[in-house]
Amino acid sequence: MTTTAQAQREVTYLEAIREALDEEMARDERVFLLGEDIGPYGGAFRITEGFQDKYGDWRVLDTPLSESGIVGAAIGAAMMGMRPVVEMQFADFISCAFDQITEVGAKNHYRWGAAVPMVIRAPFGGGVHGGPFHSECPEGWFFHSPGLKLVAPSTPYDAKGLLKAAIRDNNPVIYFEHKFLYRRIKAVLPTEDYVVPIGTADVKRPGRDISVITYGAMVHVALEAAESLTQEGLDLEVVDLRSLIPLDKQTIFESVKKTSKAIVLHEDNKTGGVGAEVAALLAEECFDCLDGPILRIAAPDTPVPFSTPLEEFFLPKAGDVVAAARKLAAY
Amino acid sequence: MGVEIEEVARTIKRPDLVQMYYYLRLTRTLEDRITALYRQGRIVGGVYTSNGMEAVAVGYASALEPDDIIAPYHRDMGAFLVRGITPGEVVAQYLGKRTGPTKGKDGNVHIGDLKRGIIGFVSHLADNYPVATGAALSFRLRGEPRVVVTNTGDGGTSRGDFHEAMNFASVRKLPVVFFCNNNQYAYSTPLNLQMAIPNVVDRAKAYAIPGEIVDGNDVAAVHLAAKRAVQRARSGEGPTFIECKTMRMHGHSEHDSAKYVPRELLEEWKKRDPILKAEQWLTRLGYGDETLFREVEERVKKEVEAGVEFAEQSPLPEGPEVLDGVFAD
Repeated sequence: MTTTAQAQREVTYLEAIREALDEEMARDERVFLLGEDIGPYGGAFRITEGFQDKYGDWRVLDTPLSESGIVGAAIGAAMMGMRPVVEMQFADFISCAFDQITEVGAKNHYRWGAAVPMVIRAPFGGGVHGGPFHSECPEGWFFHSPGLKLVAPSTPYDAKGLLKAAIRDNNPVIYFEHKFLYRRIKAVLPTEDYVVPIGTADVKRPGRDISVITYGAMVHVALEAAESLTQEGLDLEVVDLRSLIPLDKQTIFESVKKTSKAIVLHEDNKTGGVGAEVAALLAEECFDCLDGPILRIAAPDTPVPFSTPLEEFFLPKAGDVVAAARKLAAY
Repeated sequence: MGVEIEEVARTIKRPDLVQMYYYLRLTRTLEDRITALYRQGRIVGGVYTSNGMEAVAVGYASALEPDDIIAPYHRDMGAFLVRGITPGEVVAQYLGKRTGPTKGKDGNVHIGDLKRGIIGFVSHLADNYPVATGAALSFRLRGEPRVVVTNTGDGGTSRGDFHEAMNFASVRKLPVVFFCNNNQYAYSTPLNLQMAIPNVVDRAKAYAIPGEIVDGNDVAAVHLAAKRAVQRARSGEGPTFIECKTMRMHGHSEHDSAKYVPRELLEEWKKRDPILKAEQWLTRLGYGDETLFREVEERVKKEVEAGVEFAEQSPLPEGPEVLDGVFAD
C-alpha cells in the first residue's frame, strides 16, 4: 500500500523523464545510458544528475562529442542484446547522426532481421530563445523513414509512460521530449509501474465542435485556445497524437467523424511536416464527414529564429488556434 | 610486413592453413561463378567481388572464436563463408531469392546473420565501424571475453564515422579490431586523392591505437596479425588497427571495367595472387602439394555448382512480402 503523501507527489515533465530512466535502469540491467556530458554533470538539462553515482560510469557513459559514433555504438550494443538510451543533448544535433539512425538503425530489422532496441532522447522545440541550432523540431526528418518509431509526450504522465514503453520496445524509438515543458508543467503520477503504449493517441480534452490534432508543447497551446473559446460556445476537442509513428489513425478519424471539422497544429515547419500527412489522411478517409477545410497551423518555413519578437512570431500560439476555429465554425 | 617461415610453421597448424586455403579457393570460385552469372544477365543487381583480396577476409575471420562477431564490408565474402554462410545462400542472395539471408529484401553482399555472428553491411562505407564499437561495448559492459572485428576500404577511412568509432573505442579500450582493406582505389579514386598520407595506418596514431601494416595478399600474415590483435582486445588492452595492403583486381563492381587502373599495376599484383601465395606456404611448409590443390579445387567447384543449383531452384519472394518486417515484434 502506498501512503497518501506518496500518491500525491507532484513531478515536473523533466522529473518524470528522470524517474522513467531510473526505474528502467533499476528494473533491467541491460538498460544503459550514453551521451555527451550525462555523467558527473548530469546532462545539459541535468536529467541524469546523480545517475553515475548510482549506476557507475559504464552504465552512464560519458562519450566523446560524436553523435554518429554514439548512435552507431548504441545500434551495435542493441543488436547484441543491450537496451541503450542515447541522449542527443539537443535534438538539433541529431542531424549529425542522421545516417546511422535512418540507414543502419531503421533498416537492419527489415533487411536481415536484427532487432535494434534503442532509444534516442531528443530534447526538441522552441520557446526558450535557443536560436536556429537549439530549438528545432526535427521529427519530420524521421517521419519519412520507415523502421523508426517516433513519440512526443506532452504531459509528465505520458513522458514517463512513453519513455518506459520506448525502452521496452524492440525497435529504434526516437523520443522527442519538449524542452519548453521540462520545468513548466507538473502532475501527480501513479506510484506503481505503468507504460503508455506506443501508437495510442489520447483525447486530452473532449469536445463536440472542432478537433485539434496536435502533439508536444502545442497540446498546451490547443488546450489554452479551447479554454478561451468556451466563452463563445465553441467546444474544441484536443487530440494529442503522443506517437507520430505508428500513428493512431483510428482515434484521429473517430474524433473528426464526431466533430466534422479539423485543425492540425504543430510547432515544426509547415511544409512536409507531420501535419501535412494527418491532413492528407483526413482528406482520404474522412472527406464525407467534413463540414469545412482541414486547416493547418504550424511554424513558417524558416529556421527557428533567436530574437524574442521573431521567435514569438514564429511559434504557433493559442490566438492562431482561436482564429482558425472561428473561421471553421463559420462553415 | 612479411612473415618468416619459422613463425608460420610455429603458429599455424596444417589443418588450419589447409582450411584457409580451401576458403580462399571457395571465395574465388564462388565470386567468379557469380561474375559469370552476371555476364549472362542472370543477376538483377550489382556484383562486388573480392578478387585478389580474398586473403584479408579469410585471414581475419579464421582468427576468431565462434562467439566473436564480425562487422564486415562489401569485399569480405571470405569472412561470410568462414562464418558458415553457404555458397547457395550467397547465390540466392544475389538472385533475390527467398532463401538468401535477407529473403530478397537486400541484395549481393548485404548479408547479415546474428546467429552466425555477422553484422550486416550497409552501403554507407565505414558505418559498421561505430556499430562494431557498440557491439564491443556491450561485451565490455557484460564482462564477456568476446571480440568484434570490422573492416572497411581505404576510401571508407575518410568518413567521419571511421574517426568517431576509432576515437570512442580507444578512449574506452573496447575489444574491437579495426581492419582496413587498402586496395588502392575507392571506386575510381586512387589513394593519393583520398588522403595526403602514404599509409592508412597513420590515421590510427591520432587515436593512440596501435597500428600494423600487413601484406593483405598473404593469408598467413593477415591471420597472424588478426590473432595478435584479437588476443590484445580479449585481454582488455583495447583496439588495434590493421592496414592490409592489397589490390582490387576487378572494377568497383562488375559494370566497372576499371580503365582508370594502369594495366602494369595489375600485372604486378597478379604475381602476388593470394591463392598462389597460400600454395607457396603450403608447399614450403610441407603441408600440401599439387594433389591437395587439385582436390580442393574440385571440391569447391562442386560446392559452388550445388549452390547455384540450390539458388536457381529456390523460390522468389512474393510481392506482398515487401510489407513484412519493418518493425520487430
